Amino acid sequence: MSEQRVHFYQVGSFAVGNRLLSADDRTVQSSPHRTNSIDSGHRACQGCGEALGARYALDAAMRATNGQLLAVNATGCLEVFSTPYPETSWRIPWLHSLFGNAPAVATGVAAAMRVKGRSDVRVVGQAGDGGTVDIGFGTLSGMFERNDDVLFICYDNEGYMNTGVQRSAATPPAARTATTDVVGAEPGNVFGQGKDLPRIAMAHDIPYVATATVADLHDLEQKVERAMSFRGARYLHVFVPCPLGWGSASNETIHLARLAKETGLFPVFEAEYGVVTNVSPIRRPAPVEEYLKLQRRYAHLFGPKGRPDIVARLQGIADANIARYGLLPERDELDSREDD
Amino acid sequence: MLRQLEGSKAIAETVALCRPEVVCAYPISPQTHIIEAIGVKVKEGSLAPCEYINVESEFAAMSVSIGASAAGARAYTATASQGLLFMIEAVYNAAGLGLPIVMTLANRAIGAPINIWNDHSDAMAVRDSGWIQLFAETNQEAADLHVQAFRLAEELSVPVMVCMDGFILTHAVEGVDLMDQATVDRFLPTYEPRQVLDPDDPVSIGAMVGPEAFEEVRYLAHLRQLDALDYIPVIAEEFAALTGRASGGLIHPYRTEDADTVVVALGSVLGTIKDAVDRLRDGGQRVGVLGIASFRPFPIAAVRDALARAHRVIVVEKAFSLGMGGVLATDVSMATLGSSAVLNTVVAGLGGRPIAQHSIETMIEQAIRGELADLTFLDLDEGVIARERARMARTRRSGPFAENVLRDISQTREDRS
Repeated sequence: MSEQRVHFYQVGSFAVGNRLLSADDRTVQSSPHRTNSIDSGHRACQGCGEALGARYALDAAMRATNGQLLAVNATGCLEVFSTPYPETSWRIPWLHSLFGNAPAVATGVAAAMRVKGRSDVRVVGQAGDGGTVDIGFGTLSGMFERNDDVLFICYDNEGYMNTGVQRSAATPPAARTATTDVVGAEPGNVFGQGKDLPRIAMAHDIPYVATATVADLHDLEQKVERAMSFRGARYLHVFVPCPLGWGSASNETIHLARLAKETGLFPVFEAEYGVVTNVSPIRRPAPVEEYLKLQRRYAHLFGPKGRPDIVARLQGIADANIARYGLLPERDELDSREDD
Repeated sequence: MLRQLEGSKAIAETVALCRPEVVCAYPISPQTHIIEAIGVKVKEGSLAPCEYINVESEFAAMSVSIGASAAGARAYTATASQGLLFMIEAVYNAAGLGLPIVMTLANRAIGAPINIWNDHSDAMAVRDSGWIQLFAETNQEAADLHVQAFRLAEELSVPVMVCMDGFILTHAVEGVDLMDQATVDRFLPTYEPRQVLDPDDPVSIGAMVGPEAFEEVRYLAHLRQLDALDYIPVIAEEFAALTGRASGGLIHPYRTEDADTVVVALGSVLGTIKDAVDRLRDGGQRVGVLGIASFRPFPIAAVRDALARAHRVIVVEKAFSLGMGGVLATDVSMATLGSSAVLNTVVAGLGGRPIAQHSIETMIEQAIRGELADLTFLDLDEGVIARERARMARTRRSGPFAENVLRDISQTREDRS
């Protein structure tokens, strides 16, 4: 019998194209029956990672709940670009209250559903990184601590993009924002600050915490589906590049999201009840320069007056992530063999 | 059934009769006894189906109420003072979204200096938020107002705040006639929202509104408040027919028919003022009292009618606008616009300072003699003020004066002893 090598449809992400998957494994987006939760016509920028992430996440949540889903939205880009008066691009029930209270509002919605005997109706809360790690942090931690039946999704573009690219507690070190300009001894955002919200979420011992990027949308969908299989508080942190805020080309959004994962700067993993259960390994290791050079917010690190010292510190952060989550298993295995 | 009850307990019992579905609680004195008592009922299951959520802040308490109400549940919470300020963004938001949340406000002063006792600074801080604000004179009225509040809120899609004086009412034990479940059910139908989060009928709630429509949206909210001016007396009458009690309504006039001088006030101090007025009436003075039951919407026409005969109007209020003067008095002055009546503002009872009947009597007599200043602070210790003003004048440095005043008062006491 002759052997035939199968050539997977190569999308550059080591993901297998839908056409080669069984019907059950195909993405929600590939289905003609998807909800289009956030429909076309909204006013997101070209190449917006958040719009992409929200579309995939919510359509997956809709499929996982048989369409019995209510969404609560914090103030921010997603809210503003999706509901310019008198239009809305939401095809699902959607409530926006304030910037810092989406987790608490979601708690209230979930409580109402319990009272009404509609435990089949599930609740998703969503916010950008500002609405999650900064102004919404108190209400989010409260929602986690009470283990309210809410999936909260943070679309992390590492800053306050809606207000004009200011620093948030999710802005990485050295990144230029309007409030961390590239002046002074430490150009850009300073080192040694910021919040790692997935780990903080895990510290609440909630049923499910996961990170994902818009470079691996199949993985994102699967994590939403997994999240919906739990009751209680769940947290999904989605890495969404922002061409406007990062000074990147709008056709580089997916590429940048992939590089964030492949450099180790953004670890992609799942955790249940406070314990990491699954890690997406780095497939094609890349130095941080490859990721940084595509973004104007890091332009001050390169060129004749570049700052290789700062680039090295950023590489250090990536290396620490790789070590913490075991993102390079082959290397780890090799190391352990050498130890023997 | 008449029962000897603490005010907070009477509120808890009455809110329970209103069949709340989601109750949010964050403790702050003097509201605590209310939410504690409701918490017991929910936990023991006697209020089922009802969710009781212990949240991490007042901001969350109002936010959870917003979510619950938008999803079609009857939502209730209670707060006071700093708690109200901490949730203020969500307070405005609830009104803007037209959500019929009912909240008890156990009126308390606002710091700094921190003070847990009663005044009306908290309620005044949210008077422009779009909430209906009803003030209770007694625990009986406070309890009754809650039943009316849910009805009012749900008929008009406006949140309602029942204001009751912290400690003076919340912690006072007196006879309260509690309603029975059948009567409350007859008065208060099931909450059926016009718009609700529903997977089978998706709507977007809370969209952005720009300059092209914002003014119209706000004006419509104002008109809805004016509708409430018509509706509040209607439900108060209906309530009276059912219970025989004159709780709620827009205003409570007392001996104003032939009064030359009318004292206007909000809340529990009305009882003291009525006693003072009775005494002065015994002495032949033609004085009356006008209680404002609905502060927002402000019943400007009803107040104008009630004050039409008066030559002198004295507004006694437990709050004021720093750098300006009376808050209630400003509203009352709009009602007396064009009349020749003299208006005095008397700020009293700040931070729990007792308002004594004899002080009220003396003040009214001063006013009748034309000796009362336009703006007076009742029972102010002028010596303390003079000494601190002198200290402040001696140095150009800025700083707080609360601690100086405390030192000064304790020093004066030591000197005396």
